Amino acid sequence: MTRAVFPELPDQFSAWFAARGWEPRAHQLELLSLARSGQSALLIAPTGAGKTLAGFLPTLTELAARPARTRSGGLHTLYVSPLKALAVDVARNLEAPIAQMGLRIRVEARTGDTPASRRQRQRRDPPDILLTTPEQLALLLGGPDARPLFATLRRVVLDELHAVTQSKRGDLLALDLARLRKHAPQMTIIGLSATVRDADELRRWLAPQGKDAHMAALVKAPPGAPADLSMLDARERLPWSGHGASHAVHDIYAAIKTAKTTLVFVNTRAQAEAVFQQLWSINEDSLAIALHHGSLDASQRRRVEEAMAQGLLKAIVCTSTLDLGIDWGDVDLVINVGAPKGASRLTQRIGRANHRLDEPSRALLVPGNRFEALECHAAIEATALGAQDTPPARTGALDVLCQHILGSACAEPFDADVLFAEVTSAEPYAHLAHSDFLAALDFVATGGYALGAYERFARIRRDKNGLWRIANGKIAQTWRMNVGTIVESDMLKVRLVRARASKAVAKKSRPAGGSLYYPTKLGGPSRPAYTGPLARGGRVLGQIEEYFLETLAPGDTFLFGGEVLALEGIFEGEAYVSRAHSQAPKVPSYAGGKFPLSTYLAERVRKLISSPRQWSALPQQVRDWLSLQAKVSRLPSANNLLIETFPRGERFYLVAYPFEGRLAHQTLGMLLTRRMERLELMPQGFVASEYALAIWCLRDVAGACASGALSMEALFDEDMLGDDLEEWLQESALMKRTFRTCAVIAGMIERRFPGKEKTGRQVTISTDLIYDVLRRHQPDHILLRAARDDAATGLLDVARLSVMLARIKGRIMHEALNRVSPLAVPVMLEIGREPVYGQAQDQILAQAAAALVEDAMQKPTGKAS
Amino acid sequence: MSGITASVEQGFSLGDEDFCADVSGALFHAGERLLIVADLHLQKGAAFAERRVLLPPYDTAATLARLGEAVARYQPRAVLALGDSFHDARAGALMNTADRASLAALQSGREWIWVAGNHDPEAPAFADGLQCQTYRLGAITLRHEPSQDRGLEIAGHLHPVARVAAAKGRLRRRCFLSDGARCVMPAFGAYAGGLNILDEAFAPLFTGARTIAHVLGRANVYRIGLESCRPD
Repeated sequence: MTRAVFPELPDQFSAWFAARGWEPRAHQLELLSLARSGQSALLIAPTGAGKTLAGFLPTLTELAARPARTRSGGLHTLYVSPLKALAVDVARNLEAPIAQMGLRIRVEARTGDTPASRRQRQRRDPPDILLTTPEQLALLLGGPDARPLFATLRRVVLDELHAVTQSKRGDLLALDLARLRKHAPQMTIIGLSATVRDADELRRWLAPQGKDAHMAALVKAPPGAPADLSMLDARERLPWSGHGASHAVHDIYAAIKTAKTTLVFVNTRAQAEAVFQQLWSINEDSLAIALHHGSLDASQRRRVEEAMAQGLLKAIVCTSTLDLGIDWGDVDLVINVGAPKGASRLTQRIGRANHRLDEPSRALLVPGNRFEALECHAAIEATALGAQDTPPARTGALDVLCQHILGSACAEPFDADVLFAEVTSAEPYAHLAHSDFLAALDFVATGGYALGAYERFARIRRDKNGLWRIANGKIAQTWRMNVGTIVESDMLKVRLVRARASKAVAKKSRPAGGSLYYPTKLGGPSRPAYTGPLARGGRVLGQIEEYFLETLAPGDTFLFGGEVLALEGIFEGEAYVSRAHSQAPKVPSYAGGKFPLSTYLAERVRKLISSPRQWSALPQQVRDWLSLQAKVSRLPSANNLLIETFPRGERFYLVAYPFEGRLAHQTLGMLLTRRMERLELMPQGFVASEYALAIWCLRDVAGACASGALSMEALFDEDMLGDDLEEWLQESALMKRTFRTCAVIAGMIERRFPGKEKTGRQVTISTDLIYDVLRRHQPDHILLRAARDDAATGLLDVARLSVMLARIKGRIMHEALNRVSPLAVPVMLEIGREPVYGQAQDQILAQAAAALVEDAMQKPTGKAS
Repeated sequence: MSGITASVEQGFSLGDEDFCADVSGALFHAGERLLIVADLHLQKGAAFAERRVLLPPYDTAATLARLGEAVARYQPRAVLALGDSFHDARAGALMNTADRASLAALQSGREWIWVAGNHDPEAPAFADGLQCQTYRLGAITLRHEPSQDRGLEIAGHLHPVARVAAAKGRLRRRCFLSDGARCVMPAFGAYAGGLNILDEAFAPLFTGARTIAHVLGRANVYRIGLESCRPD
């Protein structure tokens, strides 16, 4: 057989492909010729399409063509990935073709884990190809040697671009690319991405914006075979509410058994723990099922990933931590437990199965409740249509800009106008107002305060040539310690220790080398399965948000790392836990991995509900449920807002069905209850789900409507987004948390506040105190604006709420019922078991305050006389 | 004046002297018409700025404004600042004109006593008032750092805060801590952090009778037993 000839490809590469029985794919060759002509390009390809090789072919062929005797010509290609592990893995994968073709190319990874000595050497003597993360790139660019280091750069390869551009890390990366273009004008970019809703957004992101704005070229790999998607019709009754999988755990287990390797995706860490536990409780065959989520200790996660890479695992229960990452060829089944949330997210998760393009990926959707069954059905349809609903492009954050400006000064003195032009060439900042840039510059210099109080303490100031430079070397040192945009909420280490009271049960050792990915089964008292005691200062299992631990009292049990643990106490900023023997743990409700339902999918669900003819594909119990709803109340329609009111117990309920996602509903609930309080309806609380919102009052809401005292139209009027929103936002704990993040990113406070470790808490300043003072004295400060923007977009979904309120104007259908409707049952069941996060924290504060009052009433203080 | 009646109920005694614990964190002795505040930490923002940590420079104004409200409520004959009134001497000297004027206005027409603290062994030159190491109020000694003495004492320095457990959550708030013989006052300064009252620093000070945390709420001071308080 004659070998196909690819003129684009040098001989040694053609031979290498042929030796493996491969042929270069069309998109790989297309990308190669675009790179040859000096163009930047975006490659959109499904997993398994040889994306990484496509991204590196241009670089490998160029470096292979170097004259044999030349020594290193400096850094040639920079690869940036959002995941440390991916950078390391790609470095490893590049070694094979380089060695097999006998190329003299040096490839090295550089992450936060790279030893300092090697990082220093990499600056002095850079490899041909450097694989790194956005934070490390920022650090390299902020060094004094950035200019010579990057002068030789020819290419940047950006992996998982669709994921990076959705966050502040993307803002930082975009600013750094603008800087790189300055240092290396000849440089071109290759972006690698999964399918997105609007490819042009990413194409603009890759190219300089402003005067000569253009887009990177687009290369599309052919889509893989359509996925084989189905929804589980569980043998058991589909729950009314909740997101768990206990009703389906036997079916999931059976599916895992039929597949070679399965990824079981869930939406939250708490669900991951629960599903993992349930699977092991029925794991009669002792299948190797592992657990992977963001709270687990990093080394633990690495162990699971390695075991997976070696083909040792049958299944992993995981959260979005595995949405991205290393390709595992052997995965042939993806199970998505709970709501899919978005069509694109589901497509990407499905893509984690079967990396051979010509074979369909197999995926099973497991709805956790009846509404999720509707959502699963809508998602299956959307996926078949190839619909995409990735979020729209973001506007660059001001706090990230502040960090970047200081970094620029750390590298070398800059001219403000030149820097402004550079910053606005980055797509997220293309529309940055000059006044905002100056405000950021002012913040970096003297804090941006109205009084100009800190002139003499300026961190950067203008020299006699009009260039901004740092005041001293310590400023650069501090900046380096604080680079990056990921600010953890207050997390406590979870450390395994000896139980305080020694238990009188026989203890059995775990198998040698046993680790957490094989949990010991939850045995009855006759089968005590847990290992013996560990001393104080034992193993760190991972981290949990402080506010979750605060809800526990010593002795309370919770699931973590697949085990039931008891809190022993919190000492020196660590949570000490012991292995518990309880079988009924209090499941952790920490908030990891909550995505809102996408607008697109929400719309499909509304349409599905309102058209009974489409119900045939739904499980019978779901159809019955909807039919009953149509009979006793009515069905929400595609464009109207259904509101039901009914009495129950001593209370009067209002349930609305906007289908706009939990975040938007929570904001709506907060605003509506404020308004109802003013109307003296005496609202007592509310609960929000992805689909609905329930508010309960002591006064009769339907009666108020009937008497004309209340109008639903007025209650749901858009003007609630004005003063009410602002007023509530200013006071909310959520705003304070958001402010803290912005203050850290922008560099107002340091990640590790000076003196914190040494002198205890009374000398530290909490950002809450700073927030209170700043809000009163300078409400338009740049960081308050940054925090407000973050809260409004990310956490409150104000934009979405606003669109919804406009859409339903004049289209409210109010059903005054005598009793709870079938559709209302799921959200009613959420009452009282809302997880402790977000707004619920405010309620806790109120409760605690009430308890204080009560306490004060019972024990009057002071002297009676 | 309703503001006072609400607050007067929230009081406690040391020896034979009665005090009113104000929600601002100030302590008022009606007999002497003496208003006591601890740990104002004026100019703390400026002190951080010297290290290029540029916090909002409004903390001094905020602290003085809150003190002004307390002064307006009680109309004291004298104000006693119980040490660490200035975060440090250098930053204290940098106090701006507007803040100096507010301080002078507060001082006008009343006695003012600066008790020395570890941050401010001496008050800045521009600050009027009597300076002393300790102050005697009847049988009670007022000093910045709590001592191990048996006698009656009011002190500051430790910035007590209580973490209070309620049905479903917890609050961390500044508080007075008192056992009837000794009182450690909450820090008054806008940027003053807090030390949990269950920290070992408090243990040797409150050994005897029932110790009560008088916790500052939004509108009232609440009396909480230590059994309801949690460590950090």
